[in-house]
Formats: sequence, C-alpha cells, structure tokens
Amino acid sequence: MLTGDRENIIELSYPVAPNDFSAAGDVSAKVKMLLKHLGIDAAIVRRAAIACYEAELNLVIHSYGGYIRLTVSPDEIIIKAEDTGPGIPDIDLAMTAGYSTAPETARELGFGAGMGLPNIKRCADVFEIRSEVGQGTYLTIIIHHD
Amino acid sequence: MEQYYHSVTLDKEKCMGCTNCIKRCPTEAIRVRDGKAVIIKERCIDCGECILVCPYHAKTAVTDPLSVINDYRYKIALPAPSLYGQFKNTDDINKILSALIDLGFDDVFEVARAAEYVSYLVRETLKKPGCKKPLISSACPAVVRLIQVRFPGLIGNIVRIASPMEIGAQLARDRFCREHEVSPDEVGVFFITPCAAKMTSIKNPIGNEKSYVNGAISMLEIYRHILERLDKGKGEKLQSASSSGVRWAITNGESRSLGIENYLAVDGIHNVIAVLEEIENNKLDDLDYFEGLNCVGGCVGGPLTFENSYVANSRIRRLVKGIESKALDEAEAEYVKSNTRWKLEKNIMEKSVLKLDTDIEAAIKKMKELEVINASLPGLDCGSCGSPSCRALAEDIVRGDASELDCIFKLREKVRKLAKEMIELSDKQIHTRKEPE
Repeated sequence: MLTGDRENIIELSYPVAPNDFSAAGDVSAKVKMLLKHLGIDAAIVRRAAIACYEAELNLVIHSYGGYIRLTVSPDEIIIKAEDTGPGIPDIDLAMTAGYSTAPETARELGFGAGMGLPNIKRCADVFEIRSEVGQGTYLTIIIHHD
Repeated sequence: MEQYYHSVTLDKEKCMGCTNCIKRCPTEAIRVRDGKAVIIKERCIDCGECILVCPYHAKTAVTDPLSVINDYRYKIALPAPSLYGQFKNTDDINKILSALIDLGFDDVFEVARAAEYVSYLVRETLKKPGCKKPLISSACPAVVRLIQVRFPGLIGNIVRIASPMEIGAQLARDRFCREHEVSPDEVGVFFITPCAAKMTSIKNPIGNEKSYVNGAISMLEIYRHILERLDKGKGEKLQSASSSGVRWAITNGESRSLGIENYLAVDGIHNVIAVLEEIENNKLDDLDYFEGLNCVGGCVGGPLTFENSYVANSRIRRLVKGIESKALDEAEAEYVKSNTRWKLEKNIMEKSVLKLDTDIEAAIKKMKELEVINASLPGLDCGSCGSPSCRALAEDIVRGDASELDCIFKLREKVRKLAKEMIELSDKQIHTRKEPE
C-alpha cells in the first residue's frame, strides 16, 4: 500500500503475518519487481532482494507480525522491518552467524540457519537495529544506488 | 540497436482475441488489442507457452522449411538429442541418423556429442576458484532470455560456453570440409529443432556475433520423412554420442553428466521462475549447479516435438541404457580445453524492458501512479481489458499504452454514473415551462 506523498519519493508498506509460510517471500517478490520497474541497477536490486527476503522471513518466523516498509528515493533504498514483538534480548548474540532461535517448525522448512541478520548487514550500506523485549524490533537498512 | 527476431508469431486470422495466452505468458509479453493478440517483441523469450496454450492454434513457431537445405551444395544435419525419443520401437540411434542421410543430408553430426564437450567444460568451470554459485546452465535459450528480462542480477551466474548446437555446427563443418576438401561456404549446417527458442538463437544469438548454424528445421516437419526411412538404412555406424550426451534430451540429463551431487534440475518455465526467485534471494546459496529447462520433461517436451513428452522421456531413458557411457579420452579433453572458440565472445546483456522510465525521478512518479491505479482496479485479473492482470493494466496505463476505461468494471462504473446524471438531468424542472399535469 502506498503511504506518504513526498515528491520524488515512493513509500510503500506491506503487512507480514506471523507463521504464514505459504505467503513467505511474497513481499520481497513485490519489492524486487518494483525496483526492477524503477530501473535500479541489477546488482543493487539483488542486494535489496536478499536483505528484504531475510527481513520478511524474520517477521514470519520470529515475530507476532509486522510490516515491511519500503522507501525509494532517487539515490537510496530504505527497507524497514517493524514488528510488535517479542523483541530480541541480546542483539549482539542474534547478529552472530549461525546463532538461531528459530523453532523446529521453521527449521523443518529449511529456514532458521542463523544467517538472517548477518546476511542483511552484508547487503546494507547502513544497518540499524534496535529491539525491546515485549515491545518489538525495528530494523532499518539503507542501500545507496545511483 | 538490437534487432528482435522471434520465431514465435501470431496467425491473425486464427486469433479469437481470448485471454489464454496473455495469462500464461511468463514475461507478460502479450496483450489483446482490437480483438487480436499482439506480442511485445522486446519482452518475448520464445518459450512457446502461448503455442501450447492457444486453443485456436493461432500461435506458431516459424522454422525453416526442409527445402532450405537445397540452398547449399553440401548439407549437414545436426539432430538434437530429443529427436531420438520421437520414434516408436527404435532402439538404435543409427537408424535415425541413416534416415537423415537417406533424406538428402551429406553428413550428420550429433548435438549430443557436442553436449559431452560442454559438460566437460562446465565441470572445469565449476572447479575454478571464484566460480559464481550456483552456476546456471545456458542450455535452454528461453531460460537465458528469461534471465535477461526478469533476473538480470543473475546474468553473471550463467555458464559462458557456447551451446552444444553451436559447437556441433563448428565441428561438423570443419570435419566435412577437411574430409571432402570443400570450402566452408558450400556447406549448410541445419539443426533439427524441438523448439522455437533454438530457432531464435540461430537468427539472434546470445553472447556471440553470429551463429554457425544455417537454419533450423522443425522436428514436426521432418518427423514423417524420417519415419518413412527408418528401416531403409544400410546399417552403417554413424552414432558417436555416448549416454551422457544423449541424456541432455531430458531434465536432469545435463546435470547428471557433470558428475556432481549438488545440483538442481527444474523444468517448466513457471517452475524455473519460482526457483530463480529463490536463487535471487540467496536462499539456495549452497547450490553448485542449476539446470533450468523451459519445457516440461526437458527438450523432449518442446513445442515442435511430435511425441508426448513423458513417452519420449521414457524412450530416452531406455535408449541410454543400451549406449556406452564413455568419458572423453585425454587427447580429446585437451583439445576441448584449449578450444577458445567455444567461450562466449560477448557479454550476455540485460534487457531492461521492465523499466518504466530511464530517468529515476520520472520512474518513481510513474510507479506512484501505477500503485494508485492498481489499488482502484477490481483485482480480478480477468484479462478482459487485454492486459494479463490488473497490475499489468495499471502498468500499461502509466506507460501510455492503455486507458482506465479499458477495464470493463471501470467502464460500467462510469456508464452507471453517467446514467444517473442523465436521470437527474431529466428530472430537473424547467422554469420557463409548466410541466404537463
């Protein structure tokens, strides 16, 4: 859904339902197609795709539900993932490659290898994450294009 | 300026303007305008889905007529491995190859043999440090074109080796000229094709300046001629391909010839798209090789084949059981490795047909309009407007190729509104005249 109406900037928001593995990947597929329509460089689209997919998957696997918010301006792509909990108690630990708290149901589907956040960081020019237990997690990444 | 040649074409007379092809096209390359389908040539990848799905047979693949071989003094047939699966009760490939000679070809060269060389080169590529994984097969030209149009970020993963058909054409011509001491331009090399996409590759090669193949003859056209001659051959041994090359006719065949475990072979263009999405998301980052084939069952499922894909598949499997599986000998391997002609000369280029505008600010503006229009459309994806989905119509509108009133629901809304206004107008009292009681 289109949100905001600043000139030269497109802002969209996509809801992500918890535990809905049948829809997992739908948001990142839409985001990818949108970036391709905007004519953004293929290598940049690839980085945004990987980051957006991992962020979407995090919402599906770990959160109580949330939103992926996309902002594209002529020089940067901002992807935000916001959820309503449960929050991450130790972010440094969560950022460790291979560390995972994914439940068995997710691992059975091949998810939850503990590479999500490190992969997102690898694709981002700017990476910010803050979380409050019981409140939610707010992830923002910026990728410069142009 | 790139030229767009396409084998897939429309027979306007037969087209009824229905929505079957527009809904099925994997690159949204077809619209219905003025009651007839129109192919957007920049987007078409020659996959042939529309040929398979059209109930009126209005979509056809243009190939060369068999008579084209008479343009050359000497003619060589390059049968695709899928040809071997077309004939019932034929357990000997030599019979098929002999029939081609009887039909008027001076020589045959099996594409399956050249496929073994490609397998060898792909194996070598996979061993190189820094090889982008998953390496993506270049065997199916429709899939390569799909990547150019929809997944340009994966172009760097595509195998950069000429196709078995191109390598076969070079080797066949070289051998014939050497053995018969004739000039190369007297020799015509013709691919016996299971699909439209290969025909397009000859006219419009990807990654090479020009094709070494002079024409493509459809399996459907040549089928009857071979059938009539199957038992006429003199029993000569013409077959040189081993089982690993012949297996390229079916899904998994190419991957199996690589001698690796960690591969994924997928057929059917819509399945290929689903997996390419996952590769793009890095979900399959531990995969070594991806073989994606446009047609169900692999090349035996091509739109220009005679036999049912599953039947042909089972025949190929039976055939390879009777053929030796031999690796290239050392001298051959050395020759294949040193042959720089078989590397692609040109980069595989991105086809930026999705771009709404070359200017990013203009593209953002159009994208916002697109989102607004899309939200106002009914979301039924009925296709009555001539675009494959509501979102595609929204895209066509912002590109200036369609209008909102092409949507029949929007049109009805508008008519209703106008009708209401008319009633209101007709109810309006006219002050200068007393209405009759």
